[in-house]
Amino acid sequence: MSRTSRVAVLVTTAAALAACTSTAPPAEDAAGGGGPIAVTAGDASCEVGAAEAPAGNITFSVRNTGTKITEFYLYGTGDRIMGEVENIGPGLTRDLIVEVPDGGSYTTACKPGMVGDGIRAPFTVTGSATRSVDENTRLAEATTGYHRWVTSQIEALVPKTQEFVDAVKAGDVETAKALFPVARTYWERIEPVAESFGDIDPKIDGREDDERDPGVQFTGYHRLEKDLWVDGLQPDSPAMADQLMADIGDLQSRTATVELTPVQLANGAKELLDEVATGKITGEEDRYSHTDLWDFKANVEGSQGAVASLRPVIEEKDPTLGPVLDERFAAVDALLEEYRVGDGYKLYTELTEDDIRRMAEAVDALGEPVSQVAGVVTS
Amino acid sequence: MTGRLSRRRLLGWAGAGAALAGAGTVTACSATAAPVAEGVVPFRGAQQAGIITPAQDRLHFVALDLTTGDRERVRALLEKWTTAAERMTAGAETAPGGAVGGNPDGPPADTGEALGLPAASLTLTFGVGAGFFDKLGLDPALRPPGLAPLPHFTLDQLDPALSDGDLCIQACANDPQVAVHAVRNLVRIGFGTTTVRWSQLGFGRTSSTSTTQDTPRNLFGFKDGTRNLKAEDGAELDQHVWAQPGDGPAWLAGGTYLVARRIRMHIEIWDRTSLAEQETIVGRTKGEGAPLGATAEFDTADFAALGPDGEPRIADVAHIRLASAESLNGVRILRRGYNFVDGSDGQGHLNAGLFFLAFMRDPHAQFVPMQRALANEDVMMEYIEHTGSAVFACPPGLAEGQYWGEPLLEA
Repeated sequence: MSRTSRVAVLVTTAAALAACTSTAPPAEDAAGGGGPIAVTAGDASCEVGAAEAPAGNITFSVRNTGTKITEFYLYGTGDRIMGEVENIGPGLTRDLIVEVPDGGSYTTACKPGMVGDGIRAPFTVTGSATRSVDENTRLAEATTGYHRWVTSQIEALVPKTQEFVDAVKAGDVETAKALFPVARTYWERIEPVAESFGDIDPKIDGREDDERDPGVQFTGYHRLEKDLWVDGLQPDSPAMADQLMADIGDLQSRTATVELTPVQLANGAKELLDEVATGKITGEEDRYSHTDLWDFKANVEGSQGAVASLRPVIEEKDPTLGPVLDERFAAVDALLEEYRVGDGYKLYTELTEDDIRRMAEAVDALGEPVSQVAGVVTS
Repeated sequence: MTGRLSRRRLLGWAGAGAALAGAGTVTACSATAAPVAEGVVPFRGAQQAGIITPAQDRLHFVALDLTTGDRERVRALLEKWTTAAERMTAGAETAPGGAVGGNPDGPPADTGEALGLPAASLTLTFGVGAGFFDKLGLDPALRPPGLAPLPHFTLDQLDPALSDGDLCIQACANDPQVAVHAVRNLVRIGFGTTTVRWSQLGFGRTSSTSTTQDTPRNLFGFKDGTRNLKAEDGAELDQHVWAQPGDGPAWLAGGTYLVARRIRMHIEIWDRTSLAEQETIVGRTKGEGAPLGATAEFDTADFAALGPDGEPRIADVAHIRLASAESLNGVRILRRGYNFVDGSDGQGHLNAGLFFLAFMRDPHAQFVPMQRALANEDVMMEYIEHTGSAVFACPPGLAEGQYWGEPLLEA
């Protein structure tokens, strides 16, 4: 198969995947071999109906029997996300169709409450020995895979933000406060993509003290955050909520056609950690709600997602880098787990100087190898 | 100039060392057979550079903590550090083409602010603190006894955030940007294995470590270190500075201990003190730096002389008497400190002082009695406070191919 036709097929597959993550009907061409693998996702369990499948398109049918919203992932080496379904509400069943071209060891994970590393289990893909593919194919797969992941995040961002917006408009302050950091999780994971559009990020995520052109208002998550935590809901809060939803919709439609390069992925991974270092560890970003650690976690997940997409290229160019990245991401995850409270985190105002110093050290340790990724993939 | 003289001497030694290398002889500069460039202090030799090297004008000192107990990772870092350090002391980037010659899609390996600057006599001196042995779980027999904690001295106001550390790197150079560049790049290379615990800039030397140097002044306006141990003191250095076989673990023989004390000086109060009082406190004249009762800086201090009032000419509690070998059973140290002004204190004062660095064979036999005498009796204590403290063991110099700390980690 020629390089160009290979890429074309992958893109087609990705489009099909994006469509299939949101609703159930399995596509006719998706059968990998033995039909869908049933996954029963409870609040503390993740039963996967089979521990192996042949290479090709694999379908997981994920039923949430728990009380929390859940997610289901199939990971490759370095937590490279082969595919995932987000935002599966209690009682719902959603399908994940994922193309796994290479045999080998993979990992399944349910994430009840959408937090942490999830409930994991090994999953083997048989047959089809590792393909021999050229560099351009690997790079194309990386950007395609990352775009698919970004799309899935936005598919969760839209309904979660809608719930948040609805609560604001209903005047339900407590519900809105609880939803604020959850909705932002999806946003913070993909923020570099939003930033690439330039005008969307200031509207959705601007701060009150940002400089604006005359007549341009302070809008977005942080405007509503200030209303909810400091000023109380204002006469124009519902309008602000509608504006946020409109801007998120704009993000969704523009992301559908965005084209990303491998260097953009790598730089995005680095920028997310820069965000952590300058915005979250300082308590700057969520200055009214102090829910900075939710954003911290989401930024790290976003960084890891982008790096993981590039993992096959990294493995080829600098095999020593991958294990360092794995170790440093794991160290940050383990550190954040120490600050977990239920499905969320301690507030920034509850952290000690020593806590903040430890977080800064872990992010510095991770930031250096992540900053090497762009140079490695283009070397 | 004297600087050229000492460089020529080093060149001569380098040649001799190369000639003798076949016989297995190691001399101070045997490792560097290539001609030494202008302003380049050899990185390798029998002792680490930056100790008896004529004190450079600028300092950036950093104390680091290990963030891992994994010996192999620390070893790998020390190798990387050594490669980068040796290159930087020769006036080069941390890696070939490091600043602008690499892949434009990646961050430069070298941070670049020393591009176009000379080596500026940069020395990088490495030491390990007590935590290095604890965190790596090293054999207790390898732990130098001199790393035992210092006692609490009267009036100590030590800030834990400015004290101790598992590792230290002392960067000295005649250009402040060269010193900062070196520390910054080594810190960067260390991320994930080390983290900065504290660091200190020094803008001017307060000691001379060679008879070829003039005696500089501290921020009290007095010449400091007139009687300091110096590179030319030969056997005295073996007696007071270099750890000898049998002093402690074998790996430290030929090395030394470094005591660092951050001394805040309340210069505003000092400046309101009369000249006579200042000179009485120090025990020297402010202009010439002569011991009271004498006329020239290097005149011998006569501690027995009495003034017209029948009192000792140099007061019983004068700084130079309390710190003298005569008062301390012959104890001497090699000081290599720097003046600092770390901005202001928020109360209308400069946050100024002296970053005391001293090298010695045994901190507990040398620094401790000296500091105890000063802390308890020195009137100067009314104008200063010790705000930071650390002790490090500095291995001997590096032979060709060795990395920092190799004799310790491979012991």
